Amino acid sequence: MAFPFRRDARRARLHPTGSSWGDALFRAGSGAAGVAILVLLGLIAIVLALNAFPSLRTFGPGFLASSEWNPVTNQFGALPFIYGTVVTSALALLLGVPISLGIAIFVSELAPASIRVPLTYVVELLAAVPSVVYGLWGIYVLVPLLAGYVAPALQGSLGFLPIFQGAIYGTNLFTAGVILAIMIIPTVSAVTRDALTAVPQNQREAALSLGATRWESIRIGVLSYARSGIFGAVMLGLGRAFGETMAVTMVIGNRNAISVSWFAPAQTLSSIIANSAREGVAGSLELGAIVELGLVLMLVALLINVFARLMVWRFLGKQEGGLE
Amino acid sequence: MAALALACVALALVPLGSIVYTVVVRGASVVNPEFFTQIQPIPCSPGPNSTCVQGGIGNAIVGTFLLLGLSSAIAIPLGLLAGIYLAEYGKGPLVFAVRFFADVMTGLPSIVMGLFIFAAFQLAFPGIVFSAIAGGLALAVIIIPFVARTSEEALRLVPGSIREAALALGVPKYRVTVRVVLSSAREGIVTGALLAMARVGGETAPLLLTAGGNSFYSVRLDQPIAAMSLVIYNFATTPYANWNALAWGAALLLVLIMLGLSIAARFLLRHRFHEQRIRG
Repeated sequence: MAFPFRRDARRARLHPTGSSWGDALFRAGSGAAGVAILVLLGLIAIVLALNAFPSLRTFGPGFLASSEWNPVTNQFGALPFIYGTVVTSALALLLGVPISLGIAIFVSELAPASIRVPLTYVVELLAAVPSVVYGLWGIYVLVPLLAGYVAPALQGSLGFLPIFQGAIYGTNLFTAGVILAIMIIPTVSAVTRDALTAVPQNQREAALSLGATRWESIRIGVLSYARSGIFGAVMLGLGRAFGETMAVTMVIGNRNAISVSWFAPAQTLSSIIANSAREGVAGSLELGAIVELGLVLMLVALLINVFARLMVWRFLGKQEGGLE
Repeated sequence: MAALALACVALALVPLGSIVYTVVVRGASVVNPEFFTQIQPIPCSPGPNSTCVQGGIGNAIVGTFLLLGLSSAIAIPLGLLAGIYLAEYGKGPLVFAVRFFADVMTGLPSIVMGLFIFAAFQLAFPGIVFSAIAGGLALAVIIIPFVARTSEEALRLVPGSIREAALALGVPKYRVTVRVVLSSAREGIVTGALLAMARVGGETAPLLLTAGGNSFYSVRLDQPIAAMSLVIYNFATTPYANWNALAWGAALLLVLIMLGLSIAARFLLRHRFHEQRIRG
């Protein structure tokens, strides 16, 4: 590296005030950029609230509890979309979290060092695939597979449950839940793996020295120690499933109604925004209602993420919490 | 129990394998010079009386790169400055708040950012609905917090002794940051920028509300613009064979570009660690 210091050093001695002026300016500039991030976050909420104003004023808090969505009569309610989002996210966690835990345990505790790194890369590849490509794959591969084989099998064996009753549509809640489960695996398994790797080695040794088997030492020494980190990982996965848009929009069927059956088409908060915001007329009640759905989505995602980050940060302690 | 954990790994690899297989097999059939230069064809499915034109996604390739360039031009300077603030002036409740909420923002759904820019344009420019600049802004909002945090991490890797050596020579702190710390952290910063682009290159939902899509070549910032991800979404669900084929081709190209960005980022990182090991 070249050394530009000599001239600067001389100038610094000769003009101490000049340099502190530059310092102050630079500090203010970078500080402004930092604060801009906070301002941006606030601005998102304000702009959404402003555009949602017609709907906020007309429907008030009842918006969240109404299940009517009718542009003809100008009646709008968020319940079908909240329902769709909650069911698909829950399904994603139900299917995705156990698999992610298994992967994290395998990578951090069981795998030989030689396959640990390549395996981590390969699982992270799942995260590099764009959401819309998941949707494309979902339409052509997952939908026929689930609607043709898995759904009839579930209906045949567990058909007494209301969630598995009714006509089987190709694009439905269940398919959306499965695709979300696949999509949260990289996030949940990576953060869980970080949490497990951060567990001190003597935790494992102490359990083993008490006569625990290898599995018992993982359960008692590692998993329970890393509990809050794992919980944070699950919350981050929930945050991802909650706001995921394209893949869900392409396989959920887009029907603005609540149905108990998992095999019926539905709609989530994000999918209705992707489907309908484009056509909304500026200033109309309908667009206001759609933007209000976005506001709800943002506030809940914010809560989930704040909570998840706090858990992960607290667990990883002094080490900087990773980005994902 | 080990078997169960291994089964989980296998279970996660099945969809990955299936996605890679289908995208490569179905996408490769349309990849030829026409695919890279032409625009979308008249929709058609092969039948006894029709011969289909394959067409291409040239306009969408240009659009995706233009949107990536726009968003980088906005987000990288701003994110880098914020990263400098976090790393070099790094104490106190304000710095903690910026760092924490930057992390939280990276977890917000991308459609919220798209809706934000959409709503902001509705308020500010009621006439213009979709434009390239809106698309670039939406992508920029998504990556600013990410760039800030990765730049911060890169700057923190620069040993304090280097800063102290420069300061001891009497160099003002801002020149130490710009000339010494930034140039030492260059590779880490570039890595973060590449990862940021890999993050938004495949974004669709925010572009649906901002860039809007375009059937023709366009590089105007105030006009709607095409993007590869929008081509995939718009053509995936149509009944026309030649449009479906283009969707798969676009998916293959998009995945390859994203993969290329990720691999380039990893390569830079490894190169950096390698260098440090030799020095140290």
